[in-house]
Amino acid sequence: MSMLSEALREAFPEELQFDHRQHPSRVICCLLPRERFAEAAKVLKKKYALLAAEWASDETLLGKGFSVYACYRWGKEYLIVRSELPAEDPSFPSLTKKYLPAYRFERQMQSLMGVIPAGHPDLRPWIKFEDWPQDCYPLRKSFDSTEPLPRVDGEYQWAKAEGEGVYEIPVGPVHAGIIEPGHFRFQAVGEMVVNLEERLGYVHKGIEKKFEALSWHDAARLAGRVSGDSTVAHSIAYSLAVESISGLTGCNIPERAHWLRALFLERERIANHLGDIGAVCNDAAFAFMLYQLSRLRELLLRTNLRLFGHRFIMDRVFPGGVSVDITAQGRDEILAEMEIVAKDFERLVEVYEESSSLEDRVRDTGVLKPEKARELCVVGIVARASGMNLDCRIFNPFPPYDQYDRLELDVPVKVTGDVHARVWVRVEETRESIRIIRYILENMPAGPISVAVGDPLPETAGFAAVEGWRGEIIYWLQAGRAGEINRCMVRDPSSVNWLGLEQAIPGNIVPDFPLCNKSFNQSYSGHDL
Amino acid sequence: MIRILRQIFRTGIVTEPLPPEIEAGILQVGERLEETIRKRFRRSLTIRQVDAGSCNGCELEIHAINNSFYNCERFGVHFTASPRFADMLLVTGPVSRNMEVALKRTYDATPFPKLVVAVGDCGCNGGIFGESYATLGGVDSVIPVDVLVPGCPPPPLALLSGILTAVDGYPGKK
Repeated sequence: MSMLSEALREAFPEELQFDHRQHPSRVICCLLPRERFAEAAKVLKKKYALLAAEWASDETLLGKGFSVYACYRWGKEYLIVRSELPAEDPSFPSLTKKYLPAYRFERQMQSLMGVIPAGHPDLRPWIKFEDWPQDCYPLRKSFDSTEPLPRVDGEYQWAKAEGEGVYEIPVGPVHAGIIEPGHFRFQAVGEMVVNLEERLGYVHKGIEKKFEALSWHDAARLAGRVSGDSTVAHSIAYSLAVESISGLTGCNIPERAHWLRALFLERERIANHLGDIGAVCNDAAFAFMLYQLSRLRELLLRTNLRLFGHRFIMDRVFPGGVSVDITAQGRDEILAEMEIVAKDFERLVEVYEESSSLEDRVRDTGVLKPEKARELCVVGIVARASGMNLDCRIFNPFPPYDQYDRLELDVPVKVTGDVHARVWVRVEETRESIRIIRYILENMPAGPISVAVGDPLPETAGFAAVEGWRGEIIYWLQAGRAGEINRCMVRDPSSVNWLGLEQAIPGNIVPDFPLCNKSFNQSYSGHDL
Repeated sequence: MIRILRQIFRTGIVTEPLPPEIEAGILQVGERLEETIRKRFRRSLTIRQVDAGSCNGCELEIHAINNSFYNCERFGVHFTASPRFADMLLVTGPVSRNMEVALKRTYDATPFPKLVVAVGDCGCNGGIFGESYATLGGVDSVIPVDVLVPGCPPPPLALLSGILTAVDGYPGKK
């Protein structure tokens, strides 16, 4: 029995029920009346649990109203608390006062699903722009997603700062660099930022709704396009979630497929980390590092294309396994490539460490303090740079990382929470990934690389968490009465980490914003869905 | 400093050790591009990239044409921070409803000749996202497009040739 569910059982002995349709079995789903939804959060907070995700599902096709879900994480445990809401009064007590990340989750739930978080301090729509019709809720089953929406008049209310010398700088959605669109509004005094307000949603493509129109197999392609830079991690997370409810258990997936997935995942991690470290240095006007590191990155992408048929290894992972194997020659090629990359990488890290002008820019800049990071429940690199020891490869290991004795893993944790810490976590992770790739190549079990996976059982729910290069990616899938996709909830690490950026900026000078933003490098597409 | 210089010399010019078939491809495309750009754009073609809803995959490949392997700057192609200085817009994504207005405004802010290259399967026809309440489909459903570069995402060489094709067709543009 898990610690979290035990705590809930003690607090609500009469009311607590367990939902056995949630898979895999180590993820416990508890059912509580909606009046207890926020109280449960209070109980779990006392046990130091973190909020991983919060979402709603329209269950009218399952003969119910709506349900709200909150997923908590504590150490190795995931616990989902579910409350049912009647269709005619879809309100529930807000968790925002207990858990800060619920602030954005609930704004989004209210905007897209039309469930009402009672007691939420700020119900401005999120992702749903002011020119959408007020009463349209795309995630509801009654909504026709194929029709274009009319535009209406409306205005977004920004947070305001007043006083002598305070001025505003609006930035975006079209940015100066080659990056995704989003809007940032700074209130500044002189050079110093007093407040930063983010506004995202520009790349909202209706991904979660689109999932519901696809078959389980086709949806794997969509999952690979939630965030193009994390295509492997998203495909693995989706596939694991499907596999958890498809009547198979994880161990029926061939061992070799798991190892190949890990190989792809670590290659994706290295490629992105190389690009990011270079880009951070470039934003501090140290272009040398960017060009050197993008050269290494390009080497990796070319090997990917040669061996796996795609530079980002897109569409190579699907429920049941992977679609491309590696030959003995391919193995040698990667080992040789790792040799070159590791050698050059170490030389460049030395240059980074010895450059005092660079150090000047990256140290003590954009600090996200550990206590704040904890309060915001951030994940991934951002969390590990701010003193939180989190990594699903260790704490919620998905295969093959669950073979501790074989795939040993070292997680770097820094406590300073500044730009340098986020760069350094990437540096150490790159080293670690190179080591893991070598290990995987030398120890990969032989055998088939995929099996046929049946459609998921009707009215079940699947769950998976995968450590992508940014951090923990969560997929929660619900199968409908006919076994179709009733709801697919995607929680990219960006959904929580963007709040971290907002909190790290005040007190910094305006010209340091690009540097800080790059060190977080969150996905706009993964957040906006 | 010594380390930096040593690394630069050790690395050399990385265009050299490219596999011949890829190198030939880049040079062929690049040389044609260079000539056209010299003639028609006074040696510099300036591009503003607009993400109108992509998943970031196309952006990564657009970054790649700036790396030292493809090095688009040697042909006079470079990226600018503002559409006001741009000769060409490189637009990705199934245009999302929330980016439609921003994309139109960027197009309006771009001076003549306003070349537009739609990048990626999504930019060409909406790709996997198609048309829905949140997406409008290809870039041409919002602004006029000169050249399509399909691919998910299109590799750097395809991007370079797409840019060339747009420049080639420039005199025909009204």
